[in-house]
Amino acid sequence: MTGTSPLLPRTAPPNRAATPPTSPAVARVLTVLKYLSLVGASVVMILPLVVIVLASFKTSDEYSSTGPFDPPGSWLNFDNYATAFNDGDMLRGFVNTTIILVISLAGTVLIGSMAAYALDRFDFRLRKVVIGLFLLATLVPGVTTQVATFQIVNDLGLFNTRWSAIALFLGTDILSIYIFLQFLRGISRELDESAAIEGAGPLTIYFRIILPLMKPAIATVVIVKGIAIYNEFYIPFLYMPSRDLGVISTSLFRFKGPFGAQWEVISAGVMLVIIPTLIAFLALQRFIYNGFTAGSSK
Amino acid sequence: MTPTPTTNRAPAAPAGTATPDRAQPSHTGWRRPRRVSLGNAATPYLFLLVPLALLAVFTYVPVANMFWYSVTSWNGLSPTKEYVGADNYVEIFTRPELFRVFWVSLYYVGASFFQLAAALYFATILSFNVRFRNLFKGILFFPYLINGVAIGMIFLYFFTPGGTLDTALGLIGADGISRQWLGDPDTVNFSLAGTSVWRYMGLNFVLFLGAIQSIPHHLYEAAQIDGANRWHQFRYIILPGIRPIIGLSFILAISGSLAVFEIPYIMLQGANGSETFVIQTVNMAFKFHKIGLASAMAVVLLVIILLITWLQRRIVPDEKVNLS
Repeated sequence: MTGTSPLLPRTAPPNRAATPPTSPAVARVLTVLKYLSLVGASVVMILPLVVIVLASFKTSDEYSSTGPFDPPGSWLNFDNYATAFNDGDMLRGFVNTTIILVISLAGTVLIGSMAAYALDRFDFRLRKVVIGLFLLATLVPGVTTQVATFQIVNDLGLFNTRWSAIALFLGTDILSIYIFLQFLRGISRELDESAAIEGAGPLTIYFRIILPLMKPAIATVVIVKGIAIYNEFYIPFLYMPSRDLGVISTSLFRFKGPFGAQWEVISAGVMLVIIPTLIAFLALQRFIYNGFTAGSSK
Repeated sequence: MTPTPTTNRAPAAPAGTATPDRAQPSHTGWRRPRRVSLGNAATPYLFLLVPLALLAVFTYVPVANMFWYSVTSWNGLSPTKEYVGADNYVEIFTRPELFRVFWVSLYYVGASFFQLAAALYFATILSFNVRFRNLFKGILFFPYLINGVAIGMIFLYFFTPGGTLDTALGLIGADGISRQWLGDPDTVNFSLAGTSVWRYMGLNFVLFLGAIQSIPHHLYEAAQIDGANRWHQFRYIILPGIRPIIGLSFILAISGSLAVFEIPYIMLQGANGSETFVIQTVNMAFKFHKIGLASAMAVVLLVIILLITWLQRRIVPDEKVNLS
């Protein structure tokens, strides 16, 4: 690629091995610079979150009389969390998000793996055409077609139901078909072929052999897709305007009205949304890194 | 600004990847490598029925409809759609205020250069031995996982007068440069593009890091024997080794910059000069009920993004991004 030269970092990584070009003094300076840059970047990443944590424990008076970096008087003041959870409809948001998440993920795994099974394990006349259709669809950015998708969701009678989000999460997901296809291609056919010789039908093979073999790919899809659904704003915002159907994104978005300048309550709402993500990240770190690397490069 | 690979769409995958290599694995013994036929000819179609139906209903029909609506003056409600020819397209290109919002994207394009450079820098230094490596990796990546609305709120507070940024500037004695970060049309897009870098840098970083770590280790050792320092290793091993993923990230960053929606919409609803093309399209369709004009705008964006993707295929023809 021609445009790479501006991307080169100014400071070369320090040279630890005792190779001639860099003297020990220079190497030490470079090491210090390296750690400075890492610490600096970490501060930039963490600071905006830390102030939210601080604000979420402050009382309203405290908030207006102290600066953003001042610690709260009590670290056990969970009033803002209670307000956000109850008055801010976050509870309902979590319920709706969970319902949509579970159904969409189960559907995605089934649909994606079935499509991958058909495309990888069968020879049929329109195979190339079907693959082409899926490929071509990846070129269409979802955000551009919402204008027309809206009419379809409306015509199907899904507008203002949870099914609108579920249908769209299932219907526009080509990434998981890719991940499954890629994974299935790496699995030897021996097992399913010998099952077929013993007389097992395609459905039996799919459920008894293919699906269990695909566990690692299923984990990847569930993680990548799960995070995307948990964080999705546009689809629920556009298709589920009813207050009762608020998901966590849209519920938090609605904080802007009633809680206007009550930053301590908004901060608590933000924390309520982030904490599950943080727990999932800490628990599943390795899978998450692998999932994103696998999901985006294939 | 980088479209996340998780936004329901697969990223533009290199052309070769989805067509499986039909070369059969060499079977042992005498068995001829041939496929055992399963069920009847209809079986694969039955498995594909639901995926294809969804693909048609939620991708192809909307795209076709979009083209059709774009030559009508439909308002989204009336039962009839009046054909108006190319009027909507003429309107887009002759009303400067409609097309001008594309310039807002340039802030995000510029920011994505910085974003990719920073991601490449941190991926490179963290691919070598560094203390607290996993901690740094986690800190740099975590923002990418955070809910977009939460990020919007965090940065509204960050940029609010007397908020995080102003206080931090005060601590280092630079409060002189404090201003209405989100209220001033001259700075608002810098603030929002910065937010976007904060959000998406971690993804690029982790992708680059994964690619760097998949470079065979003996290459570094051989280079070190030849007296190459870290800079040489970066220049002649790492950079060529991860070129495909850099190219792909670059294209995704640019097409993502043209389709920016969440951050400016969540934070400001496009106010103060932060309106992007997508926000304008959404408002045109769902606020002003001009479905015809909005569809034409969506078609224009689609064509531009397809063009960029096509250019990418030309520039990086058959290079597969292979990280595993």
